[in-house]
Amino acid sequence: MRRALIAGLAGCFAVLAAGCGEQSQVTVYKQGQYQGKPDKQPWDNAMFKGDRAGWEKTIKARNNGQNEYSRTVSN
Amino acid sequence: MARMKFLCDAERCIECNGCVTACKNEHEVPWGVNRRRVVTLNDGLPGEKSISVACMHCSDAPCMAVCPVDCFYKTSEGVVLHDKDLCIGCGYCFYACPFGAPQFPQDGAFGLRGKMDKCTFCAGGPEQDHSDAEFKKYGRNRLAEGKLPACAEMCSTKALLGGDSDVIADIYRNRVLKRGKGSEVWGWGTAYGKPEKGGTPPAGAKS
Repeated sequence: MRRALIAGLAGCFAVLAAGCGEQSQVTVYKQGQYQGKPDKQPWDNAMFKGDRAGWEKTIKARNNGQNEYSRTVSN
Repeated sequence: MARMKFLCDAERCIECNGCVTACKNEHEVPWGVNRRRVVTLNDGLPGEKSISVACMHCSDAPCMAVCPVDCFYKTSEGVVLHDKDLCIGCGYCFYACPFGAPQFPQDGAFGLRGKMDKCTFCAGGPEQDHSDAEFKKYGRNRLAEGKLPACAEMCSTKALLGGDSDVIADIYRNRVLKRGKGSEVWGWGTAYGKPEKGGTPPAGAKS
């Protein structure tokens, strides 16, 4: 009987003590610094395979493609 | 690589909303969220002017400055992006933005404000390039495919230019000088009047 009482009390103590181990669930933000996931460069993918110069060349061609004066015959 | 920017030529914009449609289609943007929209001044009156507006990817972005959880970052190309996993949907960026770029989807029956959504310059977000997660959260990553934003590339009159700021400023400068109208406005020389070799401003440039 006494053993059962001690075991019961020990169990209750364990349950109560478990509440003391609660971890903080609030995110700590560092002021002025990006806190999210890192992003890769647009040329770091399967298409360009890290070729930055190739990517820049492609983008530049697209950029200049917006200029219809260079796409038409000048008079 | 210089900074990526948008430039809208109000003399050419015909308010067709092709840019808005291209954006919506490209990124499968939900109902109620408009990453890009066309604003018309003096609508219906002679001489009305339209301009296509989205996130301008500011060099010193106010949204980045006011975000309480610092979920914004700027890429090496000058594109302002954000991490939706971190965004709390507080709306501070909306109040700070002079262009009304940040959009908030209305989720649920009680109009809950979702996480902020805005133009990404078709550069995706902080997820694996071309992954489902990236497309779902941020839309298509055209920049990683070597393409420019869909809105600018789809513009039928080429009023909306997007890309390397130096290049699109050159295109616009050349256009204004060719049409002989526009360079007389105050501040044009400062913004677009690239000095020729020898320090003399280009013909037609004033102020």
